[in-house]
Amino acid sequence: MKNPIFKFLTTDRRAIFLLVGLAVVIPLLAPLGLPVDITKPARDFYESIEALEPTRGPLLLSMDYDPGTVPELNPMSIALLRHCFDKNIRVVVMTLLPGGPGLAEQVTTQISQEFNNTYGEDYVYLGYKVGTAAVMLSMGEDIHGTFPLDYYGTPVGELPMMQEIKTLADIPLIVTISGTAIIESWIAYAGARYHKTIAAGATAVMVPQFYPYLQTDQLVGLLGGLKGAAEYEELVHHPDFATVGMDVQSIVHFLIVLLVIFGNIGYFIQRRSKSKV
Amino acid sequence: MRGCIIFLILFTFSCFLPHSSNPQTPPSPPTDIKVFDTPNDAGRSVTITWKKSLEDTTLIEYEILRFTDPDGEGISAGKVSLGTENFEDKEVEDGVDYFYLIRAIAPIGFSDSEQVGPVRSKGQLYDTSRTNVLIGVMIYSFLLLYFIYSARKGKELFVRKIAGLDAIDEAIGRATEMGKPILFVPGISVIEDVATLASLNILSRVARKTADYKSRIIIPNRDPIVMPVCREVVREAYLSQGRPDAYREDDIYYVTYSQFGYASAVSGIMVREKPATNLFLGMFYAESLILAETGASTGAIQIAGTDAVAQLPFFITACDYTLIGEELYAASAYLSKEPMSLGSLKGQDWAKIVIGAAILIGILLTTLNITFFTNFFTI
Amino acid sequence: MRRRVPLTITFIFGIFMTLQFFVPHRVSQVIYQEILKWFIIIFTFSLIFGSLVLMRLHSIRIRRRTSGWGYSLVTLTSLIGMIVIGFKTGIKEGSLFMNLFNHVQVPLEATMFSILAFFMASAAYRAFRARTVDATLLLGAAIVMMIGRVPLGTFLWSGFPDLTEWILEVPSMAAKRGIMIGVGLGVISTALKIILGIERSYIGGGE
Repeated sequence: MKNPIFKFLTTDRRAIFLLVGLAVVIPLLAPLGLPVDITKPARDFYESIEALEPTRGPLLLSMDYDPGTVPELNPMSIALLRHCFDKNIRVVVMTLLPGGPGLAEQVTTQISQEFNNTYGEDYVYLGYKVGTAAVMLSMGEDIHGTFPLDYYGTPVGELPMMQEIKTLADIPLIVTISGTAIIESWIAYAGARYHKTIAAGATAVMVPQFYPYLQTDQLVGLLGGLKGAAEYEELVHHPDFATVGMDVQSIVHFLIVLLVIFGNIGYFIQRRSKSKV
Repeated sequence: MRGCIIFLILFTFSCFLPHSSNPQTPPSPPTDIKVFDTPNDAGRSVTITWKKSLEDTTLIEYEILRFTDPDGEGISAGKVSLGTENFEDKEVEDGVDYFYLIRAIAPIGFSDSEQVGPVRSKGQLYDTSRTNVLIGVMIYSFLLLYFIYSARKGKELFVRKIAGLDAIDEAIGRATEMGKPILFVPGISVIEDVATLASLNILSRVARKTADYKSRIIIPNRDPIVMPVCREVVREAYLSQGRPDAYREDDIYYVTYSQFGYASAVSGIMVREKPATNLFLGMFYAESLILAETGASTGAIQIAGTDAVAQLPFFITACDYTLIGEELYAASAYLSKEPMSLGSLKGQDWAKIVIGAAILIGILLTTLNITFFTNFFTI
Repeated sequence: MRRRVPLTITFIFGIFMTLQFFVPHRVSQVIYQEILKWFIIIFTFSLIFGSLVLMRLHSIRIRRRTSGWGYSLVTLTSLIGMIVIGFKTGIKEGSLFMNLFNHVQVPLEATMFSILAFFMASAAYRAFRARTVDATLLLGAAIVMMIGRVPLGTFLWSGFPDLTEWILEVPSMAAKRGIMIGVGLGVISTALKIILGIERSYIGGGE
C-alpha cells in the first residue's frame, strides 16, 4: 500500500543522505547570492567590538575549537580579527583545546599579514594550555604566570604589548569561539568571578544553549553557526566563506522541511489505510 | 631693540601667571577626587575616582600621580583616556600610605587636581559583593541537610518513576541474554564537571549489575582523568560483588581528546562490537546525534541522560529513554534507594518552590517598578 | 581506611574551594593558585598516561590478531607517526606535521562533524510526525526555525527572522530556564553530597 518513494526513503536512509549531498553541492556550483539579514545577537557582537578603544586594553580571543568545527567557526575568527585589526584594536589569542593551536596560529598569522601587523605589539599568540577552568581562573589572577611563554617560546613578559596586561582585569572584552560548553565556562569563571564582559561565537547546533546568557547580559553578543559568521562578514563589509555557505544552508534547510512534510503525508496516508482496514 | 624690550616685558609678565597651565586656555582640573582601598580584593590595589574636567572633550588624557610623601616627587601610576572617571592602581604595597592627584593634560599645558590621601591598601577576608550567593548557598544547604536528616530518621519519601532508570536493569539483562557487550559513554566532559560525576555514580550501579550478570562493559573515554576514575569505579564495583576475576581493565580506555575523533571512535565500536545496550550518560555536545543515530542503526537499546539542554532533542529523537536534566543527578539516589540520597531530592524540590516564589515576587515587584528585590540577585 | 582517606581529602578540598569563593584575601588566592597548578600538572600527566593505555591496548590487539586488528594498526601507526614527525620536523607552519594536520586531520574531523547534517535530516524525517497536538506544535516550531534562520526564509517573508528570534527568546528560553534551574540545583546537591561523603558511588560503593 505504501507509496514507493515514501517506502524507499523510509527503508534506506542513504536516500536522504544522497538528497542532502546534492542540496549541498548544487548551490556551490550555481550560487543564488541571497542577501544575509542581520539578527540582534550578531549586531550586538559587532557593536561590542566597535565600542572598544584602541588605547585601552586588548581583546582576548580564545579560539576554543579543533578541526571538527573549523568550517563553521573559522570564518568567525577571521572576520573578528579583520574587524579588530582594521580598528587598530590589539588582540591576545589563545586556545583551550589541544587540537586548536595550529588552527589558531594559521588564522592569526594570515590575517595579521593582511594588515602588516607586528607581532608582540599589535597581537600576541599565547598558544594552548591544559586545564580549561583552571586556566581561566589562573588568568584572572596572573596571565604571565599562566602563560610564562607564548606559542613561539618567547617569555610573555618580554612582549611589549603584554607589559601592561597582567590579569583579566586589564582586558576589556573576551571573545570565545567554540563548539563546546567552554563558552559556559568563560561565563562562569571569567564572567561571574572576574566580572568580565564576554561575547561568543558558537556552532549552530550549540547556539540555543547560550541564548539564556544573552538575556541576562552574561554574553554581550553571540554569533550562531555559519549564519552568524555570514552576518558578521556582512557587518564588517567583507563577504567571505560564510556568505558563500548561506546558499547551501538555505537549500538544505528547505530540503529538510520538504522531507518532514513528505514524511507526514506518508504517515497520514498510512494511518488512514490502517483505520480503513 | 624695541622687539627685545617687548619680549622682556612679556617674559617678566608671564612669570607671574599660574605656573602649570596654558595662559590662554588652562583646562579646569578634575574635581571631587576620592581615593580608597579597592573593595573585595586580595590587596595591593587602590581605586581613585574623580569628576572629569569641564574641558574634558578638549583634553588629551588624564595622568594619575602617586606620592608616598605628600611633599615629595610624584610618580605616574598610569594614564587614562578622556571621559574616564576612575582608575585602579595595582602597583601599590599593602600597609603603605599613598597620596594621589589627577593631572588633566591638554594639547598645551595641564592642570592638577588637589592632592588626596593618605590611603592604605589591604586584602579583605570576605567578599561582600557575594553575600547574595552565600545566602542562597546557606538556604539551599539547610534545605538539603534538613531533608537528608529527616530521611535518616526513617521518614518515608515518595519518588516518582523515572522510566529511563527503570529500563537500565532490563537493558543490561537483554545484553546478557544476547551475549553482547554494554557500551557506557560517560560523556565527553572533564572530571570536575558534576554531570561526569553523576555519570560515574550511575556507572557504579551499572557495573555491579554487569558483575552479577557476568556481562561485558566497554567504556571508551575522551578525558584522560576520567578514564582512571572509571577503571577504579568499575573495579570497586566488581570487587564489592565478589567478582574481581571478571573485571576487564582493557575494556576501559582512553581514546582521544578530539571531540569528533572520539565520536568516530565510539561509532566504530558500535558498528564493530554491536553492543546490545548503549548508555550515554554525562555531558555531551554536538556529537550527541552522531552517537545516538549510529547506535540506533545497530539496533541497540539506548538510554541517554544529559544536562546539556541543546542536546536533549537529539537524544529524545534517537534513543529509547532519555534522562532530562536533573534526572541525571537524581539517578544515583533513585537507583540506590538510600534514604539519605532520596532526602536530597526532596530538598531540591523545596528549593524549586523557593525559587519559584522568588521569581513570582520578582515579576510582581518589577512590574510595579520596584527593583531592589531583582537587584539583590545580581552577581 | 581505604575509603576514609579519599573521603577526607574530598571533604577538605571541597570545603576549601567553596570558602575561597567568598574569601578574596591573598593567602586564599595563593593556595587557590597552587591547587590550579596541581590540576594542570595532573591533567598533563594523565594525558600521557591515557596515550600509553591506548598504545598498550592496541598493541595487545595487534599481537593477538583479534578481529579488527587492522584498525588498531592504523591507530598505532598514526599515533606514533605523528609524535615522531612532530619531534623531527617541529610543529611550525609549513612543517610536515602541520601539513598532515591540515590535510588529514582537519578534513577527517570536519567530515565527521558534517555527518551531523545528514543524520539530522534523517532523524527529522523519521521523528517529526504530527501524531498529537504537542507533536504538531513542535513540528510547526521546527519548520519555522529551519526556514527562518536562513536567507531564503527572509527572502520569502521578512517576518521570519523576528519570529525565530521570538521562539528562541520566549517559549524555548522559558523551557530551557526551567531545566537549567533544576540542573543547577542538582549540581549543587550532588556536589554537597560528594563533599559530605553521602554520595560515594564514585569511589566504588555506598555501603
